Order: sequence, then C-alpha cells, then structure tokens
Amino acid sequence: MDFAFMWDAFLTLLSGVPLTLNLAFMAVGLGAVLAMLLALMRMSGLKVLDWPAQAYVFVFRGTPLLVQIFLIYYGLGQFRPTLQEWGLWVFFREPYWCAVLALTLNTAAYASEIMRGGLQSVPHNQVEAARACGMSGFLLYRRVVFPIAVRQALPAYGSEIILMVKATSLASVITMMEVTGLAAKLISQTFRAIEVFVVAGLIYLIMNFIITRIIMAIEWWLSPHLRRPPAVEPRLEAAHV
Amino acid sequence: MQQLSYFELVGFGPNGWGWALLTAAGMTIAVATCGFLAGSVVGTLVAWGKIGGNVVIRGLADGYTTVLRGIPDLLVIYLFYFGGSAALGAIGSLFGADGFIGVPAFATGAMAIGIVSGAYQAEVFRGAYQVVSRGEIEAARSVGMHRWLMFRRIIAPQVLRYAIPGLGNTWQLVLKESALISVTGLVELLRQSHIAAGSTRRPFDFYLTAAVLYLLITWVSTYLFQRAETHSMRGMRRAS
Repeated sequence: MDFAFMWDAFLTLLSGVPLTLNLAFMAVGLGAVLAMLLALMRMSGLKVLDWPAQAYVFVFRGTPLLVQIFLIYYGLGQFRPTLQEWGLWVFFREPYWCAVLALTLNTAAYASEIMRGGLQSVPHNQVEAARACGMSGFLLYRRVVFPIAVRQALPAYGSEIILMVKATSLASVITMMEVTGLAAKLISQTFRAIEVFVVAGLIYLIMNFIITRIIMAIEWWLSPHLRRPPAVEPRLEAAHV
Repeated sequence: MQQLSYFELVGFGPNGWGWALLTAAGMTIAVATCGFLAGSVVGTLVAWGKIGGNVVIRGLADGYTTVLRGIPDLLVIYLFYFGGSAALGAIGSLFGADGFIGVPAFATGAMAIGIVSGAYQAEVFRGAYQVVSRGEIEAARSVGMHRWLMFRRIIAPQVLRYAIPGLGNTWQLVLKESALISVTGLVELLRQSHIAAGSTRRPFDFYLTAAVLYLLITWVSTYLFQRAETHSMRGMRRAS
C-alpha cells in the first residue's frame, strides 16, 4: 500500500464530495415534496388519485435507477425539436439536471411509501381526541398527525437518504464528476484499483456515518417523551453544625 | 430511409431488435441469478459468523456488512472490474504472459453482485435465525443431533421459511443492480438497449422497452416469491 498515493487520491476524491452531497440533497429535498403529494394521493380514498400514484410507485420502484437516468438523459434527446420548441431543452441538455430529475423521481416513489406508512401509523384515537378539542383541517395535521408521523417515519427515511447518497454514484455514468466519477477516472489513469477503492469507500462511509448521526440526533430531539426524565440531583443539605 | 414504427423496431422482423432484447433480458436474469446465489453462500457464512463466531469473527462480519451497505454498488463493480484484471495481470506476469488480461464481464458482474447482496442476505438470514425458537434447537440437541445434522434438519428449513420475504426484497435489489453491470460491457438488457439506441438513434424507444422488460421481470418474480411464501407457510398458523 502506497500511502502517499492514497493521500493524493483522498484529496482528489474529496473535491467530488460537494457535488455528491449537492445531488443527494437536491433529490431528497425535491423528492420529499413529490413524495408527500403521492402519499396524500394514495390516502385520499379517491380512485382517480390513488391509481396514478400507485402506478407511479410501481413503475419507479420496479425499474433500475440507471434505466431511468438513461431514459431521461439519452432518451429525451429523441424529442429534441419538441423540447427546444417548449424551451425545455436547456434543462434536459445538462447532465446535472437530468441526474437531479431522475434521482428525485426515484426517491419520491420510495419516500412516498415511507410517508404513507408513517401517516397510517398515527393512532386513530389521537385524531379523534384532536377533533374532540375542535381541531380540524390543517391545524389537526400540523399539531397532531404530522409530529407523530414524522417520528414514525424518520428511521426509514434516514436509510432512504443514505440510499440516495449511494445512488448519486450513478450520475457518474452520465459524465458527472462526483466521488465515484473521479474514482473511476483515477483508476483508469493509474490502474491502482484497490487503493482508490479503499479511499473512495472511506469517503462514502464517512459521509454516511455523519448523516446517520445527524438523523439520530434529530430522532432524539423529536422524542423527548421517550427520554428518561432528568434525574433530580439529591441536594446536599447543609449539615447543621 | 423510412422511419420504422415502434413495433417494427422492437419486434421480431428483419429490422427488429426483439430477439436481441430478449436474449439480453435472459442474460440479465442469468447474471442476477448467479450473483444472488453467490450472495446466498456469502450471506450464510457471514450470518454464521455473526451468530456463532468469537469476538474477532463477529467484528469482521459486522464490519463487512456495514462497509458493503455503506458504499455505492457501482464502486464495488469498478473494483472487481479494474482490480480483477490487475490481479489477473499480476498472476499472468508470474507465468511470463505480459499485457492486459481482461476478466470475463459475466464473472466480474456475478462476483460483484454476490459480494454486495451477501451483505444484505446476511442480515436477512440473521434476522430469520433469531425467529427460530430456542426450544427447537435445544430439543434437537437433546436428541443427540450434531451441528451439521441440526443445521440441515432444524435450522435451515425454518430459516429459509422466515427469510423468504427478505430474500424477495434482496432479489429485487439484485435485479436492479444487475443493470449497473452494463458499465463493464456485459451485454445484458441495458447494454443491449444502449447499443440498439446508438445504432438506430431511437434512444427513448429502446430505454422505454428496457424499462418495461425490467418491470415485467420484477413483477413475475414478486408473484413467484409470494407463491413461495404461501407454500412455505402452509403448515403455519397465522396470528390474525
């Protein structure tokens, strides 16, 4: 093992971290909005809304992400004249936006199921109690349903975020130079697969470790009711001297 | 040249890519199956290490599952693809053959999938083992079964039964992961679509067809795993 080379490789690959995190957080952020919409459609009880959402989830969870990326990046090129006419070509021309779009659509399908699970886990008696107190509509959701659902869904959502960080590596296939893209380039230049792999793997592990810790911290912060009450310090009474 | 209709393009006629796509879909299933089976072997060994190993083995097994689940699959595929040929080249130079020796893409892909899915399957097997009731294992020991016989008669059948849903999920992951093998040049479904798209300049049509074929494969395998689950649970009483 050549540690000087590995240190150089580490510095090179580190420059890909901002793009990796950028892609992951763009996708997770935009995907969360879409996922919420899909989850509400699934739970609306209207077949007109439920079926399209169900079909969406089935299609995006049943096909590989790489196929979705290719379909958007290369596939939409087939409709270039139409897209240019609509002024959308500037968007689909960029591999960055294609990657963000594909990752967003993909994560929305998985996240909508997580959110639906969270929303459905809210005990009905809590909702009834809130209604009895006169809450309804948005107030009910904001004060009662969402806080409980978020707590339920957060662990699963955390692993979805980790999966997204890993999935950004596929953007390297459409020329995005994030960590995996730089690693592949470095391997093909130096033919030192093991060293580069160890360094790149370490970078991903560090990123995922930090994200897991942040999510655990949020979980802890959101569940004060599960924490042990702070022990009351036995006060030392001044001895009567 | 007249523009071919979609069905001529993906059909089985003289200008159609139908057979090529179907063969490639067969390749996808083959590489995914080999990878999945390799992963089952790895997963069983790792799960064994996690359950019955001493501190060192348990640490190694835990490290393995943590690392492999924390890094992108594409990176593992690159490692096997580039690292494998570097290793073969080094072995080859010992015997006087110099130059680049490529690893067969199929073997690379199946090994990479096996190593990654092994980490997931290890967790599935470990979870399933914990559901097997302690009493049954004690009973097996009390009638004098040795470890291997106990594994074969008592543990393996029950672990497999409880593991089927988890294995189904892993299989879906493996199937989707097999699309990544296309970067190594193995002509599976995505690679074949890429080739066809390049030579006909109809990328959307071919990637859409690939997506539909993947969907078909996942759909059929979901059905088969459900059948397997009901079959394996036929003697069990359900709490419902």
